[in-house]
Amino acid sequence: MYFLKRLLFAVPLLVVISALAFALVHLAPGGPFDRERTPASPEIERNLKAKYHLDEPVWKQYFRYLGDLAHGDFGVSLKYRNHSVNDIIAQGLPVSMLLGGLAFCLATAIGLPAGFITAARRGRWEDYAGSLLALLAVCVPSFVIAPVLILIFAIKSNLLPVALWGSPWHMILPPVALGLYFAGKISRILREGMLQAAQSEFVTAARAKGLGENALLLRHAFRIALLPVVSYSGPMLADLLTGSFIVENIFQIPGIGVFLVNSVTNRDYTMLLGLSLLYAVLLIGLNLLVDLAYTWLDPRVKYE
Amino acid sequence: MSEPAPSHLSPNQRAWRRFKQNRPAVGSAWFLILLLLAISAWPVALHLSGPAFARDHNPDQLSDAQFVPPGAQHWLGTDVHGRDLFSRILFGAQISLLVGVVGTVVSLVIGVLWGAVAGYVGGRTDSFLMRIVDVLYSLPSIIFVIVLLTTLGDLLKQLPLVQNSPGLAGSLRVMLLFVGLGAISWLTMARIVRGQVLSLRTRSFVEASRTLGAGAPRILFRHIIPNIFGIVITYLALTMPAIILYESFLSYLGLGVQPPMASWGTLMAEGVSEINPIRIYWWLILFPGAVLVMTLLALNFLGDGLRDAWDIKN
Amino acid sequence: MFLSKRARQFYCRARFLFLSCGALLAGIVDTGCARREPPANVTIINGAEPESLDPAIVTGQPELRIVIGMFEGLIRLDPRTARPVPGLAERWEISPDGLIYTFHLRTNLVWSTGEAITADDVVYSWIRALDPATASDYAGQLFYLKNAEDFNAGKIKDPSLVGVRALDPFTIRAELNHPTAFFLDLCAFPTLYVVPRQTIEKYGDRWLMARPLPSSGPFELAAWRLNDKVRLKKNPRYWDAANTQSEIIDLLPIASPTTSLNLYQSGRADVVWDKTLVPVELLDVLLQRPDFHTFDMLGTYFIRLNVTHKPFDDPRVRRALALAVDKDRIVKKLLKAGEKTASHLVPDGVPDYVAPAGLGFDPEQAKKLLAEAGYPGGKGFPRFDYVFDSAAGGAAAIHENIGVELQQMWHDTLGIDMQLRQMEWKVYLSAQNRLDYDLSRSSWIGDYNDPQTFLGMFTSDDGNNRTGWKNKSYDALIQAAGREPDRQKRAHYFQQAETLLVRDEVPIIPLYFYVGVNFFDPKRIEGIDQNILDNHPLNCIKKVQPPK
Repeated sequence: MYFLKRLLFAVPLLVVISALAFALVHLAPGGPFDRERTPASPEIERNLKAKYHLDEPVWKQYFRYLGDLAHGDFGVSLKYRNHSVNDIIAQGLPVSMLLGGLAFCLATAIGLPAGFITAARRGRWEDYAGSLLALLAVCVPSFVIAPVLILIFAIKSNLLPVALWGSPWHMILPPVALGLYFAGKISRILREGMLQAAQSEFVTAARAKGLGENALLLRHAFRIALLPVVSYSGPMLADLLTGSFIVENIFQIPGIGVFLVNSVTNRDYTMLLGLSLLYAVLLIGLNLLVDLAYTWLDPRVKYE
Repeated sequence: MSEPAPSHLSPNQRAWRRFKQNRPAVGSAWFLILLLLAISAWPVALHLSGPAFARDHNPDQLSDAQFVPPGAQHWLGTDVHGRDLFSRILFGAQISLLVGVVGTVVSLVIGVLWGAVAGYVGGRTDSFLMRIVDVLYSLPSIIFVIVLLTTLGDLLKQLPLVQNSPGLAGSLRVMLLFVGLGAISWLTMARIVRGQVLSLRTRSFVEASRTLGAGAPRILFRHIIPNIFGIVITYLALTMPAIILYESFLSYLGLGVQPPMASWGTLMAEGVSEINPIRIYWWLILFPGAVLVMTLLALNFLGDGLRDAWDIKN
Repeated sequence: MFLSKRARQFYCRARFLFLSCGALLAGIVDTGCARREPPANVTIINGAEPESLDPAIVTGQPELRIVIGMFEGLIRLDPRTARPVPGLAERWEISPDGLIYTFHLRTNLVWSTGEAITADDVVYSWIRALDPATASDYAGQLFYLKNAEDFNAGKIKDPSLVGVRALDPFTIRAELNHPTAFFLDLCAFPTLYVVPRQTIEKYGDRWLMARPLPSSGPFELAAWRLNDKVRLKKNPRYWDAANTQSEIIDLLPIASPTTSLNLYQSGRADVVWDKTLVPVELLDVLLQRPDFHTFDMLGTYFIRLNVTHKPFDDPRVRRALALAVDKDRIVKKLLKAGEKTASHLVPDGVPDYVAPAGLGFDPEQAKKLLAEAGYPGGKGFPRFDYVFDSAAGGAAAIHENIGVELQQMWHDTLGIDMQLRQMEWKVYLSAQNRLDYDLSRSSWIGDYNDPQTFLGMFTSDDGNNRTGWKNKSYDALIQAAGREPDRQKRAHYFQQAETLLVRDEVPIIPLYFYVGVNFFDPKRIEGIDQNILDNHPLNCIKKVQPPK
């Protein structure tokens, strides 16, 4: 019931988001058809604007856009004029999702055990080493990690491809470059959560029942500590799935992450709106899933 | 583990003691203090030194000594224009740290006020304010920042005030960065603060205050805000590295500070562009990167230490 | 039952996780298998992703390089000399007054899908480029035809009034407004290429998504995946198919010089061609390599001065600024690919034209001029800004570097203060268009091999002027050159105009002429000839086995 309410609420939320994004892009100076070479006559520019309805007042353009949206038509990209935004998303989203999915798997595969070990061995060398590595992963920007990885694994040792996408070999470096940051984050959050859970009354009671230290941590604290990790995963997945601009740019991966940033630079209004809405839909959907996961993990949590 | 807290000390003093026992946190605090000292002392040193030294180490001074590796004259090497890297790193630190601090303060002010009001007033106001946070959360922040920087920059330039004082125009760009970065970081802070305020509101000491006739602002400022102090401070220490990183990302996109000003972000972006299979000017990426990473690590450790010290879970 | 309750609960909850892992694995396998297409004969790194492959609307170089492989016009350009040679037209006649061109189409032309190409297709293509509904940026290339500009502006609705007609299925008659010396070069320009009417009428704006896409050129479009690749395969029905050297050519859209170099070094790409893809810092090493080629290009890098802002309305100030720039230093320190310094706007190498010398490097004279203008030693000279677009995501920071050097030069020689203003691309364009800048970096690549493409920009009303400079004598000279059939007299008009532009009035300061660069191993790749238009027909390129 609660979730149904949330879903219904999502629709007006999306409308508000689209209006906000629409207003924002039209505020920025410059238009999609400003070029280094001005056309030979002002009529040419007028024709161009008229073709894409950019000469109409902004509110009218917005309602026209909403009308198209109701049919599932995101419009034609103003920069790639032979492609509709639907085409571009259909081509790029699966790639970004694959990249993001792999990065997520990597982040959880490294982050969860790392967080667990650093929490279990708190205060000892495993904790210091693990925490340091996790923090390093969080503090080094991805546009530094990626070229360094390329340098070591692709250029100097020729083990892996330098860039592009297409074979399983291409799918090793980019998810690593993308996922390391999140692995570090997950590890920190899990450690934090487990340390807090270890002090909670719930676990104290279990300890009083006479369970051993390891079994304790594994079964109780871990499940409780997963909650903040899961709640962080929602927005994290949304970011990962819509592609990281930096990684896709450096590795030349044909996903949609590059389009998001470039659409702002190019003032490609339709592309920008389409991707913003996609991102919003994903975020809302994932947040919903996250809240669902909450109820599975912690039966105490109830929504009214 | 720590000994039982002596009961004669105030909560703050107890927290301070706990903090001092956390070695990484204390070490980080010292590192940051030393960094700040270096940043403030270096310009003075340049000013007081001889003309040759000052000229060599002026961060804006072009020379023909392009891409010199680290050595006696240029301790960390030079860049494409022959500018001394050590100097640029220290001057760039000013910008990066300033952006971090101011951006964090902006996010603090907006976030705390927003969250506190929402949590305390409750009801429809809370709903409304939090819905706005939800909406803003769903917008990809990069769009917001780019549009903010370009639009506001353009608008403010039209103001006669800016046109008349050229120095202001230069710093304007940096100030816009503060505002822009702060404007996208306050959302999480607002959420956290609201959560805390919600739970605090029902505590007995607040109830007592209300029955005694205290008005809402008094309660907010005397009771609520001091009690969320701990969590706010720790979040601050964690937001600052995120803002500094975001600034470096914007520099990579070409939207950061204006040349010839440097920030760690622009230095890193320059350095990274030099990584190629033929020849690597390793010092251009290693040194700015190392300083950035160490500073961010220090801030993180500091934040963790503060959180551990002020944790009022028991 | 046989599984404990807890285990069952775990598997229940975990099924979502298993499902997504399964989906991920499926995705990996699918991507790995789907890309099992045959490798290309030649892989070329082409620069930015093409905005469109519709010849009528493309404007940028990366697009043009692909489009010349897919479609063709009446005329081609010779790969070595870049001069017009027969394309779809086998011969033509020009009337004595230079106003009527009669083209004779080859009689054996077919689209790659089999239909015949006739004169009606040619007329359709040209009219379509002029049609306001197509909104072509480069419609101006056709404005030399009679009534073309009015048709594009919507003043005339009837396309048959425009000066191009099909006399019979193989003859086209073009009527010009006045004699245009470079009209044949224009006919080789992609805006005038022949496009498939049958597909466009069926699919409208998305006609490029149709497969198979009819092609009039040496290659067909096999695949176009955004930010991934454009794959062209040989069109066996092309009239000159016997001379198409490669079966499959891949063009990769990569904008970062570092990534391009990495791919080239690791053997994934055979050719890298785009002047923005040169890692400038490595040039001293690269120039030594036999696979690195430079050639003179028809492009100039210059500085625009906004003559509507004080004190740049005084020509003495502008001349002083020009005389104080040490162009040699900039070229040697920052560029290093052998660019030549420019004292005039039109690059060398344009046939039948010798450009006049502009202002050189004379700091003493510069100081004198500045003092004459009322700012001795730079005193009282207001702080001004230099506007340039930012480099992002790995692109070369050349504009910033040049700006920094200029800042220092003018400060040291003239004592004036310049502030650098880096702007985002659209904001930079917007600032230039609104004349909201003091100085701005600029560049121009010529569309065709004639001074008109450079000098025509600075007439009073041209949209590409963007300096606020209006000069009636200049306008008169350019107009006279436009109407003059005799090439010598024409060159003379242009020379006078250019002298006015770069010596006397100086609304622009030319810095250097572009040098085109490309990477390829000449022992393994044949068919790329260097010419100043950077025009490399794709059908000539082939990969050979290096001699053992």
